[in-house]
Amino acid sequence: MKHLLEFEKPIADLQRKLDELRSHSEDHKLDLNFEEEVRCIETKIEETRRQIYAQLTPWQRVQLARHPKRPFSLDYIHRAFTDFSELHGDRLFADDRAMVGGFARLGGRRVMVIGTQKGRDTKENIARNFGSAHPEGYRKALRLMRMADKFGLPIITLIDTAGAYPGIGAEERHIAEAIAVNLREMTLLGVPTIAVVIGEGGSGGALGIGVCDRVLIMENAYYSVISPEGCASILWKDRSATEKAAAALRITANDLLEFGLVDEIIPEPLGGAHTDHDTSIQSLRTVLIRHLDELQAVPNEDRLRNRYAKFRAHGRILEPVSA
Amino acid sequence: MVKPNKRLPGLESTPAAVTPPRNAPAPFPAKPKLSSSRKRRRDIPEGLWNKCPKCESMLYDKELETLLNVCPKCDHHFSFSAKERIQQLIDAETFVETHPHLSSVDSLQFTGTSSYASKLDKHKKTTGLHDAVITGTGNLDKHKIALAVMDFSFLGGSMGSVVGEKITRIIELATSQKIPVLIVSSSGGARMYEGMFSLMQMAKTSAALAYHAQKKLPFISILTHPTTAGVMASYASLGDLIISEPQAMIGFAGPRVIKDTTQAELPPGFQTAEFLLERGLLDAIVKRSELKSYLSHTIGFLRGES
Ligand SMILES: [Zn+2]
Repeated sequence: MKHLLEFEKPIADLQRKLDELRSHSEDHKLDLNFEEEVRCIETKIEETRRQIYAQLTPWQRVQLARHPKRPFSLDYIHRAFTDFSELHGDRLFADDRAMVGGFARLGGRRVMVIGTQKGRDTKENIARNFGSAHPEGYRKALRLMRMADKFGLPIITLIDTAGAYPGIGAEERHIAEAIAVNLREMTLLGVPTIAVVIGEGGSGGALGIGVCDRVLIMENAYYSVISPEGCASILWKDRSATEKAAAALRITANDLLEFGLVDEIIPEPLGGAHTDHDTSIQSLRTVLIRHLDELQAVPNEDRLRNRYAKFRAHGRILEPVSA
Repeated sequence: MVKPNKRLPGLESTPAAVTPPRNAPAPFPAKPKLSSSRKRRRDIPEGLWNKCPKCESMLYDKELETLLNVCPKCDHHFSFSAKERIQQLIDAETFVETHPHLSSVDSLQFTGTSSYASKLDKHKKTTGLHDAVITGTGNLDKHKIALAVMDFSFLGGSMGSVVGEKITRIIELATSQKIPVLIVSSSGGARMYEGMFSLMQMAKTSAALAYHAQKKLPFISILTHPTTAGVMASYASLGDLIISEPQAMIGFAGPRVIKDTTQAELPPGFQTAEFLLERGLLDAIVKRSELKSYLSHTIGFLRGES
């Protein structure tokens, strides 16, 4: 089996046993124990899966978040939304295919949907730059967000990126400035905005489309200031400390909810989103619609004030009590 | 006392606790007396001379100090502490520091090779600072301004909750008092030890600047060596004017990361102020010795003063 994660192996082994048993079912046709044996293995698979997924480590979640078969932005856009009409380009330099966006409907509601997009295979990954956007991506996102503001379309952003691209062209065209401007401008958008971390929430490259009224996260996604690998090599001077770094950084959905840094966790099917796209997409769609309807009921002025207050409140400090 | 910050948008009204500052408005500490520092230096003769890393000239400490830590031979800008910067830019006796006592907490209980708490203690001792930024108000050639100056010597000028909070508060104060904001940056980026709390400081400070800009108030971002990553990808890039000291290293990703990722040779001068002036990011490169008059003229011009 391709793309098998280390901790998924016990399940895969059982699955293989089951498959073998079934492929030999002809020989067992008259065996009274056959049906029972199958049921037994199926139960074992369920139990094992439940056990493994009940105690995933942060690093295992990062691996799930990066799973190459996980639903990507366009999978959600095509299937949780309808009538997607893609819009291209930043009107300045290029069309960054690592950032997609356009008009769509969500259960009939008109919206602007924007997301970072990874590739499914090598060829697509090259076109999508592995989901790491250049400045053009952030500027295209901002162009679409401003258009959404103009036409009163709520904005939904889907975040799935290891980070903004650390390249020569990206620096020459000021990727830091592109992200910074998005952070500032998203603060003032006069339409409801929702960000969902669907896979990897890689630092500033994720935040660059993430300053929204609601910030949601899929159960096995992560959102971090630095990649566990980067943190390991800086703090431990040792790449093999990645697992430790993943735990120390507190980047799982549960950690972030506990810290008040995300508003809600969107459940994934047992085994992770990659095992069942339909359920994951439906799960995201239901939660999105609920938040969107809530936000649309809030007067614009209040929504902007709440958005500011939400980000304003992030941080933990030690302040002496005033005398 | 640890408390999550619950302060609501200081758009129209910054809470009274902020201005006047809760802590007695002690004037910023005067320049250290030369006599005592001279004495100290006599005890440590090797401290008298500095070798310029660029032209290798030997420079006398006291001369360097009067030249604002700039090499007279080659114009190399040595690092400058936040306190020295404030003394340089702000008229004597007018600086009122805001929230000097905010300090960082190990909210993640970061389990690294050495604990965040011990790192904080060490840097507080060696730098005499509470964290990597000093904020306050003061006069710059009689223009009242809000000022934040980062100090690279405190954990590489990294931005955690305290840096983000102090900068946000000084911007909010500037918005409510309708005065310009100047931020002098020097930072390696977000502070890893505070995880996602650090990343969110980028959003928080940028959001505060959105409302400052909405009031049509000037914000001047001054970049000094080095300004990178999360700080560059937030307030440092949002100035009406973005100016830099000569030869400062400025960028988003570190050069080693870029080299490893792209497997390409970096162009000459990549990520220097001069390179970025040419590529259109900077409004100007201003020498340290000319910074105060440059800022004074610009603020006067923007405020319509003759
Ligand atoms: Zn020199």
